[in-house]
Amino acid sequence: MRSPDSLPSRRRLPNPWVVVTLVLCLLVALPVLAVCANLLTPSLDVWRHLAATVLPSYVGNSLLLMLGVGLGVGIGGVGTAWLVTMCRFPGSRVLEWALLLPMAMPAYVVAYTYTGLTDFAGPLQSALRALFGWRSARDYWFPELRSLGGAVWVMTMVLYPYVYILARAAFLEQSVCVLEASRTLGRRPWRAFLEVALPLARPAVAAGIALALMETLNDFGTVHYFAVDTFATGIYRTWMGMGQPVVAGQLGALLMLFVLALILVERLSRGAARSHHTTTRYRSLPRIPLRRARGVLALAFCAAPVALGFAVPAATLAAWSWHSEVTADDFLILAGNSLVLAAVTGALAVTVALVLAYARRLHPSRLVRLAVRLAGLGYAIPGGVIAVGVLVPLTLWDRALSGFLERHFGLSVGLLLTGSIAALVYAYLVRFLAVSANTVEASLAKVTPGMEAAARTLGLGPLATLRRVHAPIIRGSLLSAALLVFVDVMKELPATLIIRPFNFDTLATRTFTLASDERLADAALPALAIVVVGLVPVVLLSRAIARSRPGDSP
Amino acid sequence: MSEGLVLDTLSHFYGDKAVVREVSLTVAPGELLCLLGPSGCGKTTTLRIAAGLEEVRQGRVTLDGRLVSGDGVHIPPEHRHVGFLFQDYALFPHLNVCGNVEFGLDSLTRPARRQRALDMLAQVGMGDYAGAWPHQLSGGQQQRVGLARALAPQPGLMLLDEPFSGLDKRLRDQIRDETQRVLKANGVATLMVTHDPEEAMFMADRIAIMRDGRVVQMDRPAMLYDRPADAFVAAFFGEVNILTAKVRGTAVDTPLGRFLASDLPDGAAAQVVVRPEGITPRTDAQGAALVRAVRPLGGVTLVQVVVEVPNAPPVELRCRLSGPAIPAEGDRVALDVAADKVFVFPG
Repeated sequence: MRSPDSLPSRRRLPNPWVVVTLVLCLLVALPVLAVCANLLTPSLDVWRHLAATVLPSYVGNSLLLMLGVGLGVGIGGVGTAWLVTMCRFPGSRVLEWALLLPMAMPAYVVAYTYTGLTDFAGPLQSALRALFGWRSARDYWFPELRSLGGAVWVMTMVLYPYVYILARAAFLEQSVCVLEASRTLGRRPWRAFLEVALPLARPAVAAGIALALMETLNDFGTVHYFAVDTFATGIYRTWMGMGQPVVAGQLGALLMLFVLALILVERLSRGAARSHHTTTRYRSLPRIPLRRARGVLALAFCAAPVALGFAVPAATLAAWSWHSEVTADDFLILAGNSLVLAAVTGALAVTVALVLAYARRLHPSRLVRLAVRLAGLGYAIPGGVIAVGVLVPLTLWDRALSGFLERHFGLSVGLLLTGSIAALVYAYLVRFLAVSANTVEASLAKVTPGMEAAARTLGLGPLATLRRVHAPIIRGSLLSAALLVFVDVMKELPATLIIRPFNFDTLATRTFTLASDERLADAALPALAIVVVGLVPVVLLSRAIARSRPGDSP
Repeated sequence: MSEGLVLDTLSHFYGDKAVVREVSLTVAPGELLCLLGPSGCGKTTTLRIAAGLEEVRQGRVTLDGRLVSGDGVHIPPEHRHVGFLFQDYALFPHLNVCGNVEFGLDSLTRPARRQRALDMLAQVGMGDYAGAWPHQLSGGQQQRVGLARALAPQPGLMLLDEPFSGLDKRLRDQIRDETQRVLKANGVATLMVTHDPEEAMFMADRIAIMRDGRVVQMDRPAMLYDRPADAFVAAFFGEVNILTAKVRGTAVDTPLGRFLASDLPDGAAAQVVVRPEGITPRTDAQGAALVRAVRPLGGVTLVQVVVEVPNAPPVELRCRLSGPAIPAEGDRVALDVAADKVFVFPG
């Protein structure tokens, strides 16, 4: 036991946790702020040119895409959640978790697969021609997948699970408190659902749609491949093709306004949803049995997204992979690059998230809370915008550094960070920190303030407490937080394309370049690898959903 | 230098709101002092300041003669050598019972740690549960493990934050008994927070009653009951009758009679507090009061009476009887008042 009065006073020093938190948050928020700062830089000529030529189509296409996807995921997500939660029909138990599978599919992979399946030389049209004896494309009409409508369809197929998950949770939560009340007030089950449960689930549905639309704005691979001009492709083209970083930044800032609106919708919806928990008791849901034709219809409606969004593209990729010309060596290098990037980012993101969440607990001042919230903003920002936001300050820094070294030491080092792996990891961290932060923060609630104080009074300092009490208690959650980031990094495309070092490829970028060169079969192997890795969190989530059956347990 | 805990004019604020105001108290080794008060009176904050979990704004804390808080010094909790028993026990879910108790014993060798933990567990009657996990224990068992864990490093000061509030009534009495015995056997200075007056009377050598961040009165339990400092303290230990009156000369006139008020100036407003057990209704056809209701409560009987007062609304009083002579509803009664159950305060 050390004598207390031998210890120095800590009161006058700024707290190290607060300082570290603020520095970390500033670093993570920097790219977002850099993009916003672009709005202040005048570049009227290029801007006027853009406004006169492509900007209207960027805005128009992005809005149409959001409208279509919003409608699609709304109907698909609510419909499937409603059926599997409220009704019993053949296969409904399996579909409860199977409906999540399309989440493992990056939209761009689905886009390539269906293009390969449905283009003129593809198996579908060939089969139709053989069946009906048509000779050329002039003999019949076939919908063009590579269009705005096709993009809406592809994104709806992979993004509806966001709505499904939140709507399902909302329906389960309401079970006892309102549905039975409305039943006792004389509503039949279906009407009780339409008049009570559905309006009550609206905030959750709105939040789910907002999340799906954020992903829609983030998507680059699908719209680029389908040649639909949106903000995402515009930013890429302005940066890589026109070499106009400032204008790309301005486009990014404009895109962020869209995202900001979505964040507001999501936040307000969640706030509204919170007030609806009038009870925490659960009882068996009054599930409506569907028989014969109605059961078959329900099964078809719920099985279609699983088949079209997951089974068909996955099977196609598997079949194509046999003929892939990507060599084993090449594939191993790609996979290695992806794995290392994803693992490093995952570990880093969880560490940063843990430090931020713990600091926020130790010192819940307004400044710290604001900083942590700012640091989580990256997840809503499309990858292309973040890439621009990362590269602009890094280039400035590199120029300043190399200038300094050259002046004072006569060294010529070039640009150190720009276009390096470090820059790529930094961009991933900015974009995906929120993913790990949410999980870490939620799990940290398992450590009560009492346990923290107990460890302190039993002789452990803050860091030792974090190591010996918090870390072991939330170890499982830390792992799943790292996993979520890992998978997101594996799938990430736009930021990787813009920032990656010269001649450096990941599974995602190789899939993209091969598919862009119409080497769809060759793209199948790396794409399949991404899907397989993406399945891991989906399986975990499904298991959590299968286990959490609040309707069945007291 | 004094042994044990000394709090010297502590004040603490959350934002601009003062939650602790100029609290001074001492706890000697082996003594158990209760901080008693309604929720939000600042008692838990005082406890957390003593533990070092909260940095004090004004005032000083000394522990066995060493300054640990105040004057620019803040010794963090891990260097204070205090034991803390939490309201929710706060057992570590990732460690078993023995692991929890060993947690604070890092300075010992592994076998010594184990031995000390088992000794402590035996002391609190949990020797058979060393390998159990916290979630397998009942509330009372968790409380005992929490006590063993806090006492294992032989702290100079034990801090107890509402340690029995999570237990049901019957279990609470038993655990209270055992906790007091273990604390006394370890001879540790103990500061305990509770909002339950009965618990404080039962456990404490002395009680400090807090209201709005201040210590209103600090004394032995019996003294608090017999000599309350004001109407708030008197009312805290049970329901009381409060009458208002004006001082005439050196006494106050009430419907219950004339009481001495020598401390108050002539003409001052006064509050007369009468404990229900200090009023005995006696059946008397000429009596001034009427029995409104009789409620047997097991050991005692609650009798509500109404006294008619000329030129004023009638006064309702509650009496508590334990004898056999219980009047019936509607009886006319005379009221005998025990002078030592009547307190006159400035109004």
